[in-house]
Amino acid sequence: MLFMLIRRVLLGGVTVCIVSLIIFAGVEMLPGDACTQFLGEYQADEELLAQCRKDLDLNRPPIDRFAEWTQGAITGDLGLAADGTTKISTIVGDRLKNSLLLAFLAMAVGIPLALFLGVVSGLWRDRLPDIIASTLAIFAMTIPEFVSATLLILVLSVWLGWLPGIVLTSAAAPASEFFPEILLPMIVLSFVMCAHIMRMVRSSVIDVMASDYVQMATLKGVPYWQMVFRHALPNALLPAINVVALTIAWLLGGVVVIEVVFNYPGLGRLMIDSISDRNLPVVQSIALIVASVYVCVNLAADLLTMIANPKLRTMYMRK
Amino acid sequence: MTVSSTSHQQEHGRFITVMKDILARPSGRIGLTLVLFHILLALLSPLIAPYDFKLQNSSLMLSPPSSEHWLGADHLGRDILSRTLMGGREALLVTGIATPLAVIWGGFIGILFGLVGGRVDEVLMRIVDAFLSLPWILKMLVLIVTFGTGIGVLIPTLTFFYGIPVIRVARAATHDIIARDFVWAAKARGHSRISIIWRELLPNVLDTLMVEGAMRWSWMLLAFSSLSFLGFGVSPPTPDWGLMISDARGFMSFAPWGVIAPVIGLSSLIIGINLSADALAKALGIDRAQKAPM
Repeated sequence: MLFMLIRRVLLGGVTVCIVSLIIFAGVEMLPGDACTQFLGEYQADEELLAQCRKDLDLNRPPIDRFAEWTQGAITGDLGLAADGTTKISTIVGDRLKNSLLLAFLAMAVGIPLALFLGVVSGLWRDRLPDIIASTLAIFAMTIPEFVSATLLILVLSVWLGWLPGIVLTSAAAPASEFFPEILLPMIVLSFVMCAHIMRMVRSSVIDVMASDYVQMATLKGVPYWQMVFRHALPNALLPAINVVALTIAWLLGGVVVIEVVFNYPGLGRLMIDSISDRNLPVVQSIALIVASVYVCVNLAADLLTMIANPKLRTMYMRK
Repeated sequence: MTVSSTSHQQEHGRFITVMKDILARPSGRIGLTLVLFHILLALLSPLIAPYDFKLQNSSLMLSPPSSEHWLGADHLGRDILSRTLMGGREALLVTGIATPLAVIWGGFIGILFGLVGGRVDEVLMRIVDAFLSLPWILKMLVLIVTFGTGIGVLIPTLTFFYGIPVIRVARAATHDIIARDFVWAAKARGHSRISIIWRELLPNVLDTLMVEGAMRWSWMLLAFSSLSFLGFGVSPPTPDWGLMISDARGFMSFAPWGVIAPVIGLSSLIIGINLSADALAKALGIDRAQKAPM
């Protein structure tokens, strides 16, 4: 068990290392560097270019710079943005906080709702509650986030006027100031998230309810609700942990579009802006942060599943 | 290919059974109808569109639906009906080419490494994991911003990034099937390695890859339209639903028809693909709900 734990953590660490290597190599291979970007039309001036490269230490071999970058990243110092003066950690810090706020709110609403709807539609398969919930889930899963976001703004904000359709609060504002502007992006995000998890839980509940041990329990005369809560649900909800993790990881990409639609000052919008401005140091840092979050979330899900499922624990041990 | 006539007939018979199974399900019927409708529309829309999609008429700017312009006009006075009818062409072309390519290269690598196994396989999987841990939008945007927008960049980019998760799926399917009894039986009968791969492994992995391809298609379409929406997809004045929604969003409070028309176009296509993928997965006996997008 302990060995398994250590192995998982190490593999996660290896993945993050490879990611940082890919990010660094990818940015190195792109045409141009921080100096041609910074100087813009002045880059034809060889002297200025050479001076700038010397100032930013770009003449050293890439391996050296990679080592320095990773060292800084581990201690929380992400280096300077492309303008050469702003510290990346200060730009990214506020945005990260805002994105996490949005994600946590969406999860707090989306996950319990998804579990509830999944169990209900799994138990009442092909009846009215299931048909309504499953149809809604298909819509939520398939329609692009920017479409559902735009439609919600149109209905809830433009036509009904219940909620503000755009976020105007600045990035550095405290969390409390984002209400009620944060509600609409939160609804869209939890809607999409809810759909994936709900479908998974539904199919898992259906499987478990058809299994031999549930039939056995029924035949032995265990009352229906006791059987559902004691025998079926603990087994049915276990696989949901991994889907929740995958969904959260996937949302890291989906949230970008939602942040742009609502003008929400989070990490995703910073990413789009930095890519458009070719502020590559910032892009590198965001990529590293997002990848680390992804790896951590997946790791947490794996560990949780292992702890919750004795069968899986021993299976891994035998391996 | 050296497919004998009997196995060819079996293959043919199987195709018909699967098709019948798909069409027997309401989701399959609705889904396939929507997809076929959109493909036909993409092919024929230049002929049936009532106006030129790039014709600007300033007197019509943001005008509501009328008898001449059924869905009104956009902020540049262009006919929304014509643009909506043609708005899926680019998306279908790009994703229609990139999806099969992605499934082929991802599937090939996945099966290969699934068979080879060992250290090489471990290393590859770490690289795949690393790629998957970056959000799609970030990977794609970096390439697009560097090499420019347009079909020539979008198709290879989508093919590359959407093939990576296929590697994982193909590898898992290969591992799963290699351990089955019928493979052991074939080995025991003394079949050669190639014959086992070709006759026992491939047909079974292909089922998984087909479902994977159908799902990848819808996700790719989602990615493509999101890129267009963000302004990194097709370039104006090409009509595209994502771009149209993004353009019309600012005028939504007094000209909502500009948003609603492309929303219906895009949603009906994506829902159609998803319903078809669902029906295909069920017909082939693969549980799709267990998968989350990557």
